Amino acid sequence: MTTTAPETARKPATMAQALTRALHDAMAADPSVHVMGEDVGTLGGVFRVTDGLAREFGEDRCSDTPLAEAGILGTAVGMAMYGLRPVVEMQFDAFAYPAFEQLISHVARMRNRTRGAVPMPLTMRVPYGGGIGGVEHHSDSSEAYYLATPGIQVVTPATVADAYGLLRAAIASDDPVVFLEPKRLYWSKDDWSPDAPTQVAPIGRAEIRRPGANATLITYGPSLPVCMEAAEAARAEGWDLEVVDLRSLMPFDDDTVCASVRRTGRAVIVHESNGFGGPGGEIAARITERCFHHLEAPVLRVAGFDIPYPPPMLERHHLPGVDRILDTVARLQWESDWTEGCGA
Amino acid sequence: MTVLEQPGSSRNTSDLPGPPPAWRPRVDPGPLLPDAEPYRLLGTDAAGRLDPGLLTRLYAQLVRGRRYNAQATALTRQGRLAVYPSSTGQEACQVAAALALEDRDWLFPSYRDTLAAVARGLDPVQALTLLRGDWHTGYDPQEHRIAPLCTPLATQLPHAVGLAHAARLKGDDVVALAVVGDGGTSEGDFHEALNFAAVWQTPVVFLVQNNGFAISVPLAKQTAAPSLAHKAVGYGMPGRLVDGNDAPALHEVLTEAVRRARGGGGPTLVEAVTYRIEAHTNADDATRYRTDSEVETWREHDPIALLEHELRDRDLLTEEFVRTTQEGAEELAAGLRDRMNADPELDPMDLFTHVFAEQTSQLREQAAQLRAELAAEAAGHPEHTEHGALAGEPAAAGRSAQETRP
Ligand SMILES: Cc1ncc(C[n+]2csc(CCOP(=O)(O)OP(=O)(O)O)c2C)c(N)n1
Repeated sequence: MTTTAPETARKPATMAQALTRALHDAMAADPSVHVMGEDVGTLGGVFRVTDGLAREFGEDRCSDTPLAEAGILGTAVGMAMYGLRPVVEMQFDAFAYPAFEQLISHVARMRNRTRGAVPMPLTMRVPYGGGIGGVEHHSDSSEAYYLATPGIQVVTPATVADAYGLLRAAIASDDPVVFLEPKRLYWSKDDWSPDAPTQVAPIGRAEIRRPGANATLITYGPSLPVCMEAAEAARAEGWDLEVVDLRSLMPFDDDTVCASVRRTGRAVIVHESNGFGGPGGEIAARITERCFHHLEAPVLRVAGFDIPYPPPMLERHHLPGVDRILDTVARLQWESDWTEGCGA
Repeated sequence: MTVLEQPGSSRNTSDLPGPPPAWRPRVDPGPLLPDAEPYRLLGTDAAGRLDPGLLTRLYAQLVRGRRYNAQATALTRQGRLAVYPSSTGQEACQVAAALALEDRDWLFPSYRDTLAAVARGLDPVQALTLLRGDWHTGYDPQEHRIAPLCTPLATQLPHAVGLAHAARLKGDDVVALAVVGDGGTSEGDFHEALNFAAVWQTPVVFLVQNNGFAISVPLAKQTAAPSLAHKAVGYGMPGRLVDGNDAPALHEVLTEAVRRARGGGGPTLVEAVTYRIEAHTNADDATRYRTDSEVETWREHDPIALLEHELRDRDLLTEEFVRTTQEGAEELAAGLRDRMNADPELDPMDLFTHVFAEQTSQLREQAAQLRAELAAEAAGHPEHTEHGALAGEPAAAGRSAQETRP
C-alpha cells in the first residue's frame, strides 16, 4: 500500500529548501554530522540553507566559526579524524580559495596517505556560478580547480530532487565531496516536495534529462535549464537534442556520456566555467578517445569566455545562453557534403 | 612624533555626543603574558625538587634520541633515506612533548618530529617511512594517536584543534599537542589554528620549537614580536617561554599545559627556545647562513649535557645506569640500521588502492594499464616474474578505449 500526501500538502520547494531538508535529515539520522561555517548558525547562512539547524540541533552541531576558511576546513579535517562527519559551508565560490591548501594538501590526500586508515568523510558545500547579478568574487565557476585534484569527489545538482538526493549521498560518502550549489538555481522549483519520497541519488551517475536522436548536449548545474530550453527551441530547427546532466563531475560517468554520444554521433558540452582549462576540454577528450568512430562532427564546447568573471551588467554576454548553444549546434556539420570543403 | 600626532590632526570634540559604553579588554592580558626570560629548572634551586625517576627517564630518552638522530643521518649518507631533517640538539623538545601526553592523547608532528613519535613508542622504521619514500605515512595514525608527519608548514595545527574539539564534543578528555617550527608561526594556518582554539577553548597545546632558523632565515626576519610566546596573548591564551634544552623545565610546562587543557582550561602556546645543531636537512649547507662559533655556543648548552650535570650532582649518573642507557640506544640504532638496510616490499598497484574508498572507473582503467605494463616488464625480465605483488589482484576491469569503426 502506498500512501500519498494530499495534493494540497505537496507544495513544491526551492532548491535551497531541499538542501536545508537534506542537512536536517542527515543530522537527524546521524549524530556525527556537524555543520560549520560563517553565519550558518543564528542567521541560517547567507542563502538560508542552514536555516533552523542551530535551533533544532544546538550550536555544537551547527556552529558559527571564526571567519577563516582555511581554519574552517582545517579544523574539519581534525574533526573527521576523530570520527565526525563535518559539513562545511563556504560562503561563496571565490571565498573558498583560502581553504585550497587544506583541501588539496590534506583533505584530498589523507585516505591515500594513510592507506585508508584515516578517511575524510567531509562535505564542503560551495555556492557557485553566476547569473545572480553578483559583484566581483561572487560568481566564479571554480569546478576546474577541484577537478584538477585527485582524491575529491565533485558533485553539483541541477534539479531540486538532486539537491536533496546528492547532498544526502555526499554527507553519507566516506570520501570528501566538494558539493557545488548553483546559486542561481537556489530559488528554482520543480516537482520535488518535502513530502515526496526522499531519495538519495548515487554519486557518479549522470542522468539523461531529455532523450533525443541527433546530438547530445552535455552539461551540469546552472547550465541544465539553459540546455533544456535550447533543446526545446532546437525542435523548430529540426534537431532532436538529447540532454545529459552529469550531476557528478568526479567520478565521471563515462558510460552514460559515451552511450549517448554513440547514439547521436554529435556532442556539445555546455558550462559557465572558462573554456580554456575548463571541464569541457577533459570531457571532449574523453569522448574523442572513446567514441571517435561514432562521431559525425568534432566535439564542440559552449563555455564562459576566458576572462575574469564579468561585472553584473555584462554577465549575460559571458554566460552560455540558448542562442549561443543553438549556434554551436548548427556548426555540428549537418551538411552531408562538408568533407568536400576540407578537400577530403 | 608619530604619524598620529601630526599637527592639525587634533579636533575640538566638545560638542560631539558622549561615547557609547566604555570598551574594556575582554580578558586581563596580564596572566597570559610569558615570562621575560625562558623558564629554567636545571641549574636553579628548584631543580632539587625534581623526581629522580623522571630525571633518569628523560635522560635515557635523550640519549636514545641523540643516537637515533645520528643513525638516521647516517642512513641518508648510505642512500637509505631520501632526506632527514635532524632534531639533534632539539631532543629535549621531542622527548618532553612525547612524555607530556597520555596514551589517549594525540600528537601532531611536523617533518622534523619523528623522534617525538619514536619517544612515544612508535617503531622508528614506521616513523621514517615518509623520509625513506616508500609511502607517505608508515603507521596507522588512529592506532598510535599520532597524526601523519606534516610537510606543508603549520597546516597540521588546525587539524589538532579540530580533533581536540571533536573529542570534547564527544565527551572524551583527550588533548592534542601540535608541534611547529619558528618559521611556521608566520603561516596563516598558525594564526587561524590559535584563533579557533582560543575561541572554542579547545584542549590543545601548541609547541613552537624555536630553533633559530627556518632553513636559512633567522628569527629576526620572521617576526617582530617580543617573543613567539607573546603571540598567544593576541588570541587570548597563555603563552609560556621555556628553555627548550632544559628537558625537565619543558616537561613541566607541557605537562601543566596538557593538564590545564584536559581540565577545560583551554589552549596554551609554549615556545621552546632551542637550536638546530645540524643543517636543515642533509641537502642543506648551513655554512652559507651561520657561523661555526654560533653553533659552538649552542653545543655548550646541550640538552643532554645539562641534564647530565644535574644527575651527576645527585649521584644518579651511576656507571650501571650510563651503561644500560647506552646499550639501549645502541640497540635501537642497530635495529634501525638492519631493518633500513633491507629493501622495502613495494606493490605499485597500491598507487590506485586508497585514492577513494571505492575505485572510480577511471582509476580501474589506469590500474589495468599499469598492471599490463608490469606484466610485460616481468615477462621481459624473468628474474622479476616471481614478484608476488601482482598475485591476487582482481582481473583487469578496464575496457579498451579504442573502438572499431561501426
Ligand atoms: C607551506 C610551506 N612552505 C614552504 C615549505 C618549505 N620548507 C620546508 S621546511 C622550511 C623551513 C621551516 O622552518 P621552521 O618552521 O622554523 O621549522 P624547522 O625546519 O626549523 O624545524 C621551509 C620553508 C613548506 N614545507 N611548507
